[in-house]
Amino acid sequence: MPISLADKKELRRLAFSDVAENSLLNRNIPCYRHLSAYISRTWRHCLFSCLPALTYFRLWHLSMKTMSARFGTGVLSYFLFLRTLLLFNLLLFVINGLFVVFPQAVHPPPHDPQVSTFTGLELLTGMGYFSQTLMFYGYYTNNAFKTCRAAGPNPSYSGASTELPVCNAVTSQTVPYNISAAYFFTIAIAFFTICIILVYSMSNSFGKNLHVMNSNVNLAVKVFCSWDFKVTKTMSVRLQSENIRTQLKVRRSFKLPLNQKVMVYRSQTFFYLLPEMYHVIKTRSKQELRCNFTTLFTTNYVTVFLLTSKITINKSTLPCHDMCFCSSQCWENFVGQELYRLLLMDFIFTVLYSFLGEFLWRLAALHQKYIRNRKPMFDIARNVLELIYGQTLTWLGVLFAPLLPAVQIIKLFVLFYMKKASLMLNCQASRKPWRASQMTTLFISLLCFPSFIGASVSVTYTIWTIKPSSGCGPFRNLTTMFQSGKLWAQDVEDTYPALGWLSWAYTHLVEKPLFLFLASGVFLIVIYIHAQVVDGQRKIIKLLEKQIENEGKDKRFLIGKLHDIHSSAETSHLSQQSTINQKESLLHKSSSIFTFFQFVTELISSISTCWIFISIKKTCHQELYQ
Amino acid sequence: MGTTASQLGKDLLSEYQELTFLTKQEILLAHKRFTELLTKDERDGANSRLPMDRILTLPELKSNPFRERICHVFSTSPQKDGSLTFEDFLDLLSAFSDSATLEIKSHYAFRIFDFDDDGTLDGSDLEKLVNCLTGETDETRLSPEEMRQLISNILEESDIDKDGTVNLSEFQHVISRSPDFVSSFKIVL
Repeated sequence: MPISLADKKELRRLAFSDVAENSLLNRNIPCYRHLSAYISRTWRHCLFSCLPALTYFRLWHLSMKTMSARFGTGVLSYFLFLRTLLLFNLLLFVINGLFVVFPQAVHPPPHDPQVSTFTGLELLTGMGYFSQTLMFYGYYTNNAFKTCRAAGPNPSYSGASTELPVCNAVTSQTVPYNISAAYFFTIAIAFFTICIILVYSMSNSFGKNLHVMNSNVNLAVKVFCSWDFKVTKTMSVRLQSENIRTQLKVRRSFKLPLNQKVMVYRSQTFFYLLPEMYHVIKTRSKQELRCNFTTLFTTNYVTVFLLTSKITINKSTLPCHDMCFCSSQCWENFVGQELYRLLLMDFIFTVLYSFLGEFLWRLAALHQKYIRNRKPMFDIARNVLELIYGQTLTWLGVLFAPLLPAVQIIKLFVLFYMKKASLMLNCQASRKPWRASQMTTLFISLLCFPSFIGASVSVTYTIWTIKPSSGCGPFRNLTTMFQSGKLWAQDVEDTYPALGWLSWAYTHLVEKPLFLFLASGVFLIVIYIHAQVVDGQRKIIKLLEKQIENEGKDKRFLIGKLHDIHSSAETSHLSQQSTINQKESLLHKSSSIFTFFQFVTELISSISTCWIFISIKKTCHQELYQ
Repeated sequence: MGTTASQLGKDLLSEYQELTFLTKQEILLAHKRFTELLTKDERDGANSRLPMDRILTLPELKSNPFRERICHVFSTSPQKDGSLTFEDFLDLLSAFSDSATLEIKSHYAFRIFDFDDDGTLDGSDLEKLVNCLTGETDETRLSPEEMRQLISNILEESDIDKDGTVNLSEFQHVISRSPDFVSSFKIVL
């Protein structure tokens, strides 16, 4: 039961007052309790002083608030998703930057006499000047940066700084910083981290939303929870009321049909995504959403995959542009540049769409009567799919262009402000309702399943199987990119023989399929157990609901019974009272008769006594006088 | 106790921060907006009460169909007229803030929807609730037949002990089924 602020202040004053302190001391609480109380109080104090600082880091908080005030939670979900993607890219950029880009930037490769001058065109094509910068794969060397130099007069490799100290017995024990191994491990670890984060956030969202599939309280939820208190503009409020009214009229007698219920229950045990999408798309009656999702999704994604598969498999038949390294066939650079161009084109087309689609439509709506004076609506589905497409490109391209996440970050930043401006100026609030958290779950799962899994499969295939080009990049002269990791592990084992068990573990566990098979078997068993537990809990909930209903009935029955008894007790009490009254009057009468009889008897006895006395006296008198 | 002085004291500010879900900036902003609505004399006095009609001029509450109920629920006025002191105002913002928990929000939502303040949501409360949701004018409201059907459906879904009313536990049970509630039950200045 929440209490008001004034009462809380009073309680706090009492708790921290001297009286409380004294009573604490008097109770002989041991010292460690004092210490723990003191520590927890100081920690809370620190937390509360840090809290304002943390709020500064909430990016775009004010902009999102103004947008949600006018447009509601639906449009806000798009911008929240954009912010999530920005954070992912920031993470990727930081990891790449620290371990790959920064070391290479500090130890640049030998200067290439063929370097082109910078013209503005390179920003669009990514070729020429850019292919010889940190931006693309070809710039990175396969050197190992030592922390000391050999004792000889000439350094044995280029790029060594003469300020390095001479190697002695201690420093020569350390493993040098190998760029190719760093490149390989950074990409692997970055992808692994992103996978963990995506799966965790997806499972969280599903956990919150899965019970929504059990839709037998839909109407009550709609009435109690659908009002968005953030919306403050009068027009938007009116629109919201209209939305709710339409939904209530349609849903008055809506119950999920039996066959759909069965299908939903059966499939949700194992395949969580598909029925979610089916349920959402079918029952939310959003024709446009379905069309948008399927068409855009398939076209965008299929195009990207066709392109990358073409590039990675048929690399030998690539047309030789005079800007690329034809002699050494640096195909990774080419792939990186293609993906960079795709990303840039995506950005340009989004800008054009905002401009043409929304701004010009608004102008047309104002000036012409044909479009019925209606502003365009912000199409959330299309915009989200474009974001996912851009992110897929980034993930595909990070292996070939380590600075691509930086490009994506800049693009997302500019996109946020542009979309916000376009929204506020051109668009009106949508007339259709939008289940924000269900949609957010859908976005995250689309980001994870097709987008991230697809990109990581492509990247894994490239690393595992395809031979890197021999003339450029950190993996030249190796059979696969994966080999660099193995070589590095070998180096480490040679330098530190104590770590030999790691390579043993790797060869005997990870590379044997049996171990992986067993691990995935255990994983599936755990999932099955959890699903059964959830099923059981659902049954228990039904039983408990029935129990509550029965207890309510029992209570009512007992109360009715008590009422009856009470009312019958009253009537019998009344009748009893009347008989007692009668009896009392009878008793009264009988007692008066009794006293009368008593009087008469006494009278008679007294008369008889007198007569006996007189007669005795008479006889005595007669005796005397004879 | 001079909460309506032109500046909030530092101790008072940190105390408010610890006792509500608001941050210091939000409390200062709330103080600024509250004192803007006070007249000059009220500003000098301590613990002044803002009457309800002035609170309802705030843009965040102006168009909200539940604005009067919100003022009544958070008001600690002995005359039950919906007037708010600054601390009541902070209570309001705290319950509607980002960091308030689901229990707090659902408790206050229940009190806001309980139009006759009897501790349960019966048929008449639900009817007034639906009228607030669908709009203020006659043509936007549901017909009596539709209303009756709707209310019986709602009670069938949410009344577990079948006593004809929705009590706090049943309400919280329904609210827990909606993941959107926490994000939609928000008012930010």
